[in-house]
Amino acid sequence: MKIKILVLIIFYLISFFNLSHGANSEKVDQISKNLRCLICQGQSVYDSQSDFALSMKILIQNKIDEGKNDEQIYDFLKSKYGEWIVYDPEIRKNTVLLWVLPLILFVFGGILIFRKVSIK
Amino acid sequence: MLNQIGNYSLYIALLSSILIIIQSPTLLNQNNINVSGRIFSLISIQSLMIIISFIALIIAFIISDFSNEAVYTNSHTSKPLFYKITGTWGNHEGSLLLWLLVLSIFLLIFTITSKNLSNKYRILTLLFQEIIIAGFLLFILFTSNPFMSLFPIPNEGTGLNPILQDPALAIHPPILYLGYVGTSIIFSSSLAALISGSVNKTWAKHIKNWVLVSWIFLSIGILLGSIWAYYELGWGGFWFWDPVENVSLMPWFCLTALFHTILILEKREMFHSWAVILSITTFSLSMSGTFLVRSGILNSIHTFANDPSRGVFILCFLFILITLSIFIYFFYQNKIKNNFTKTYIVSKETAVLVNNLFMMFFLSVVLIGTVYPIFLEVVNNDKISVGPPFYHKLIVPFLIPFLIFMAIGPNLNWIKDKINKINLQQLLFFILSIIISFIFLKSVGISYLFSLPLFIASIFLFLITIKNFSVKKTNLSQKISHFGFSLFILSVLVNGVLAKEYSSNMKVGDERKFLNKTIKFESLKVYESKNYQSLEANFKISDKNNSINLKPEVRVYDQPQTITSEADIKSTLYSDNFLVFNILKNDGFYNVRYQIKPFMIWIWISIILISFGGILSIVKKNG
Amino acid sequence: MVKNIKLIAVVFLVIASFFILLKGLNKTNNYSPNLNSSNIDFNFKAKFLYSNEETTLYELINDKDFSLINIWASWCLPCRDEHPYLLNLNSLGKLNIIGINYKDSEVNAKKFIKELGNPYSKIVVDPSGVNSIELGAYGVPETILIHNKSKTILKKYIGPLDDEKLTELKMIIKNEN
Repeated sequence: MKIKILVLIIFYLISFFNLSHGANSEKVDQISKNLRCLICQGQSVYDSQSDFALSMKILIQNKIDEGKNDEQIYDFLKSKYGEWIVYDPEIRKNTVLLWVLPLILFVFGGILIFRKVSIK
Repeated sequence: MLNQIGNYSLYIALLSSILIIIQSPTLLNQNNINVSGRIFSLISIQSLMIIISFIALIIAFIISDFSNEAVYTNSHTSKPLFYKITGTWGNHEGSLLLWLLVLSIFLLIFTITSKNLSNKYRILTLLFQEIIIAGFLLFILFTSNPFMSLFPIPNEGTGLNPILQDPALAIHPPILYLGYVGTSIIFSSSLAALISGSVNKTWAKHIKNWVLVSWIFLSIGILLGSIWAYYELGWGGFWFWDPVENVSLMPWFCLTALFHTILILEKREMFHSWAVILSITTFSLSMSGTFLVRSGILNSIHTFANDPSRGVFILCFLFILITLSIFIYFFYQNKIKNNFTKTYIVSKETAVLVNNLFMMFFLSVVLIGTVYPIFLEVVNNDKISVGPPFYHKLIVPFLIPFLIFMAIGPNLNWIKDKINKINLQQLLFFILSIIISFIFLKSVGISYLFSLPLFIASIFLFLITIKNFSVKKTNLSQKISHFGFSLFILSVLVNGVLAKEYSSNMKVGDERKFLNKTIKFESLKVYESKNYQSLEANFKISDKNNSINLKPEVRVYDQPQTITSEADIKSTLYSDNFLVFNILKNDGFYNVRYQIKPFMIWIWISIILISFGGILSIVKKNG
Repeated sequence: MVKNIKLIAVVFLVIASFFILLKGLNKTNNYSPNLNSSNIDFNFKAKFLYSNEETTLYELINDKDFSLINIWASWCLPCRDEHPYLLNLNSLGKLNIIGINYKDSEVNAKKFIKELGNPYSKIVVDPSGVNSIELGAYGVPETILIHNKSKTILKKYIGPLDDEKLTELKMIIKNEN
């Protein structure tokens, strides 16, 4: 009885939905790790148990069942929620610096060291 | 009453700060005046006042004095005593007071331990340190005062966030702060050394201990945070590349680079300017960390309350300190001795430079990854997320050459070494690592692009660091730390490759097969604890030979009403069994996630080893 | 000379960062509705709450000048608070309010409507939450205003409606006419 009451309280507070059709696919895990759970302050969809994340996992499973590949699923979600949802920003005009700046700094630092070092 | 005591002592502390700042310029011009006079007593008074205010806050938390706003919003009478005490720094106001406390105590220790150094250098360090302390005091008193009174006095508080009620997290902030604040001493003293023209061997020797202390505390602080994240957040991950985690990692990279540079400065009188630049950068990164976490500018699990006025204050303060140090650096730069001789390409000096290059690269990846989204949004109104895939893609390819350099570098001699020495013995180890990696990866059936070279490099480093224990030449603390690091990389890799996960919806009595194991949901019971109710499940994981029981919980805390899932973890030397469950909407079913995480415990042990190397180094110097 | 250029460059960088961060402080760091993707998929399929038939968003929308899609659930407390606003909007007569019942049990959802009144012209159910994600929604409650002719999203509200949002909605409807 006590268990039931507590379980009911917990329902009331969080209302989870069941992932009845075995969403235990590695593919879903892999994709959901790269998605930001938009409503949960910096967690990935994979890590979150919020309603949003749970629905998202079902959606990903559905899309996989429909035969969509990873790229198509990411694109679909980006069209709905914007670039913000993916943790792996694609290289485009606004993000070139993000990817290239660390590399430039590395090369620059390497040159500096090389100039301080004599080979003789 | 406690509020008044706290407030007044903070004002007195501020007053002493101002007095010291005003007096120090005059003391600078009078040579041979012993600092231990008036200034020393002022510093002691200041520390005492801050200690009093901190104790007042702790007492307010212990006795649940709800006339204090910070206590009211972050505590509750039903909370266990331990968490009442740790709740003192579990909130924004209290944690800043802790920052301040550590700042002033560190300054006191600095003053006492630097007696044999030049007067000018000491007073200048005090001056810069007092500027920082005064800034923090103003920040606390005017934007985040922990001693705000409430009237009428509420009967009950609103409670501490349950996920913070955890032993690892209770001591995580103080340890991390010791690391952050230690960098402030490095900052002040490097500027002081720069102005007084004493960036030299003696300074390096003196500051090395502070670098080590900060580095050790920072390492352990990061470790604790990561252990906490492992069993409390998420599903068995221990590092999420969350902005707030990144913020603690950045000064760590910088400190690691600085420590290696300081060693060269001490032994060979080289890289003076670089050491100063690193010292300034390290502290700026620690402060930026505070800014990023406290201002709410970041989107993270750990973000504290969002109050723009606080953000503006820290930002301005940070900006003033950085600009000040940049100008000081450029004006006094030529005071640095410039007896620079080119280093030979195969030498310990070059190896340290290469280490620094990699550290700076890793730092820049983390820094750019963390702040780029903020900048992009402001400049272009474009919102992006930078997460684990980004960091992995940029860091992993560079990790491979880094590990190989790390294996070779420490065995080189000072000044000049022969190239052919590298090729002999090490080649053998290298071939051995190729064979081991190949066999290992083949047997587990993994074929990612970077896996093989990454495994080769890390096994190579692992073998070399073990072999180095037999060499007399280098010191023991370095061997331990480097060995710890190689162990760390190897455990993370093996853990990543071999981790197995299973998730399913189960009812009480259900049994599932996973690999060669059976997972049985045996029972479920409710128990009540002081400030929460718990639903405790009992799972039996068994294979042919033995079985273990795991008892994860779902807790419902009353104040504030929150639900947490507590994973149950059984650790052995070989692997961790990690099980967590959640309640589903349809009656009777629970979502169960079970993970086998090989060599998990070695990740923690290796970080402890890395830090232990540092501790040993301090003990040996002073013993 | 070189030294001065370096100094100026570094100081410039610091000042630029300062102003960017200062500006960044005033931005919200939480999710904000993104209107860049203002075209929605009108082919989404869902079942009605009161019958077992399947329908598409396309069929639901062909009615008045505007449609208001409201995502709600009986277990969501803020939904209770916003319900009077929906009834108020419905009384204007200009809106076709479509309810999407999010992750709810049929019994509770019907009870909720019986208790608080029905502002919706149609209610469809979304037991898995997938439809809501296809609409680009974040959770409950959420409200989307659609211009029927152009089939575009005019406004999106995350969280419950309140007085301010109600006035704004009425303004938009007036101006677009």
